[in-house]
Amino acid sequence: MRKLWRSGEPFIWLTGGALAAALIMVVSLLAIIAANAAGFFWPAEVVRLTLADGKVLTGPIADRERIPDKADAWREKIKVANRDLYGADFVWVDEAAVTRRERPADVAVIERSEWGLLIGRIAALQEGGAVIARDAAAWPEIQRRLPAAAALRREIRAIEKGEIGEINFEQEKIRLRLRGLETRGVMAGADVEALRARLAALQERYRQQEARLAALRARQTATMLVVADGGKEKTLPLAQVIDVTFPNTMGLGAKAVHYVADVWHFIADDPRESNTEGGVFPAIFGTVMMVMIMSIIVTPLGVLAAFYLREYARQGTFVSVVRIAVNNLAGVPSIVFGVFGVGFFIYTVGGTIDRLFYAEALPTPTFGTGGILWASLTLALLTIPVVIVATEEGLAAIPRGMREASLALGATKLETTLRVVLPAVMPSILTGLILAMARAAGEVAPLMITGVVKLAPALPVDGFWPFVHLDRKFMHLGFHIYDVGFQSPNVDAARPMVFATTLLLLAIVVLLNVFAITTRNRLRRTYATSAV
Amino acid sequence: MSVTLNPHASAASIMETPMVEIDRLNLWYGAKQALKDVGMSVPKHRVTAYIGPSGCGKSTLLRCLNRMNDLVDGVRIEGAIRIGGTDIYDPALDVTELRKRVGMVFQKSNPFPKSIFENVAYGPRILGVQNRGDLQATVERSLRAAALWDEVSDRLHESALGLSGGQQQRLCIARAIAVEPDVLLMDEPCSALDPIATARIEELMLELKNSYTIVIVTHNMQQAARVSDYTGFMLLGELVEFGVTRQLFTNPRDKRTEDYITGRFG
Repeated sequence: MRKLWRSGEPFIWLTGGALAAALIMVVSLLAIIAANAAGFFWPAEVVRLTLADGKVLTGPIADRERIPDKADAWREKIKVANRDLYGADFVWVDEAAVTRRERPADVAVIERSEWGLLIGRIAALQEGGAVIARDAAAWPEIQRRLPAAAALRREIRAIEKGEIGEINFEQEKIRLRLRGLETRGVMAGADVEALRARLAALQERYRQQEARLAALRARQTATMLVVADGGKEKTLPLAQVIDVTFPNTMGLGAKAVHYVADVWHFIADDPRESNTEGGVFPAIFGTVMMVMIMSIIVTPLGVLAAFYLREYARQGTFVSVVRIAVNNLAGVPSIVFGVFGVGFFIYTVGGTIDRLFYAEALPTPTFGTGGILWASLTLALLTIPVVIVATEEGLAAIPRGMREASLALGATKLETTLRVVLPAVMPSILTGLILAMARAAGEVAPLMITGVVKLAPALPVDGFWPFVHLDRKFMHLGFHIYDVGFQSPNVDAARPMVFATTLLLLAIVVLLNVFAITTRNRLRRTYATSAV
Repeated sequence: MSVTLNPHASAASIMETPMVEIDRLNLWYGAKQALKDVGMSVPKHRVTAYIGPSGCGKSTLLRCLNRMNDLVDGVRIEGAIRIGGTDIYDPALDVTELRKRVGMVFQKSNPFPKSIFENVAYGPRILGVQNRGDLQATVERSLRAAALWDEVSDRLHESALGLSGGQQQRLCIARAIAVEPDVLLMDEPCSALDPIATARIEELMLELKNSYTIVIVTHNMQQAARVSDYTGFMLLGELVEFGVTRQLFTNPRDKRTEDYITGRFG
């Protein structure tokens, strides 16, 4: 026994086993996420079940499980959709009650801008109440008209977001300037008149755009009649139709094309239906931008602090205490940082900025409320120990001989630090930054109270001066997961989206890391430290 | 007995111009005295070697000459060192100016993790040379002087860390002489090198002494005998004997020197 232990064999097995256990846990977590997320976009087959009591249910099967306390009895969960007609998206069916099971070819799965999916048979196309085409003839006609309807929808959206958005933005600016004048006691005069005139001109422009919108909306007269289970009918305006598929007649190729398109919509579109439908683009944008701002803040701060600690401070008890304190800062619960962010950044700093520079907008806060800047600063605070520790370790690893060589050539300490030490410690700084970014991208709790919202009306970057709006609230993938998974009215329907969003967040973290790691490896090749 | 100046050495020095003069130098690391009353003068354009057992203070003495000991916490120095007539411990003296005049090559080769060119150009750049042509000329001159040019002229912009140990050490010499110092200090420059690389560096020292005053610390008595014109033997912080190399090795005046060079020591 003793001999076996001394041979080292059991220890190797122990270490290998520990690694294997860790790997299995990570891989299965990723596999569960990936499998659930990937299936979300695949057009599932639609079945029609006829029950013993004559009831008919149509929809894809979402789940199948054993009925509790009954031996060998199963039930299935059907996604019947049509929330506006039935009230619930999902119905559990006892398998024993099913008398007929078929896969009708004419069932359409319709994605629409309201109420979630609509599943049923397309019965007719109507224009202003008059029937244009019926049954089999209806679909080709609808297909012909859908692109135009989609184009019209995009145009309306462009006007709402673009022209009207700009008018609102201008109006708000003028309103604030008027209020600013008012607080200084200027109630009349040339300035006020000029501003009022501009306001009136904007009002006129607004009325014009409203008229344009009304004209465009008036053109959306076509509707389609969809017959769902139990003879229920739904008249759906074509303007609301986003996508129509017949999953039971689609081949593998068509499904694959549809799959790719859906993934793309998920990544590039805005969310709809309180985030349970549509895409997550604003959340991706918010997450990446927040991580970038955080990196820009945390890197110089952490690196400079580490330089002082290691290069200039006299090593002693005090520095050791500081070092321990910094390391322990990483163990403070992140929500505590969030509370600090609210108390210090938002109320103190933001409040002061508002009083000094945005007084005319008060009591509506500008910087005195959560925003992407404050969220990034809070996360910078949270991740600064990581950067400090990594940089300090890098500094400690630089051989003494390298600094001495520089000093012996007549370089000052500053020149040595900037020209020799800093380049050599760069890979360590990037290592710290990589860890900091990974931590920041996955953090949710402190963000919930420092500026992340369920639905942000505008991105923090847009076409209006000053283009980057650091005071704006933003969306974040981590919070999106929480919101969709636990706060949405229809958790069952949204669950696959939670997995898809998680997978996306992981992908973004991996992408950011790959970028930082390649940079680091390139630097390492250039600045590889000698074996002194 | 504390010998400050060997009579033979003084006799020899009459014909030499002194470059470095050390006068009653005492040095403490905290409470521990590392140099005791050391006094000597290093002649110009000669190779001067310090030998002695480990911990005898020879490296400490060398590092006093460009004030590298300043970097050590708790160091205290008494006495005077004059280089070219200037007191280098004068509080008004700019240490970086001194170090530009007194170059140093270390025991372990320590090239910067930069290209060969950038390593040699580092000193001139610190001095404020910006012109690419001037830098190139300086780099070539220094590399030639360090007998490295022919080996690296086609890969000046590759990492210096790709060079062999001996090449790295010669690169460090090139880097030190690129700023044209008056004095070149070498702290056991060959202790990490194989005999062939060592021979090349020794050859180089004999070349360089025509332009520079060289002070070398070595463990290797054969090396001191081969390359140096003057040798000082140190023991426990004292300079026991200092004189013309051949005389010190063939006819040591002090019993302790004799014991050391004949290997009867420790």
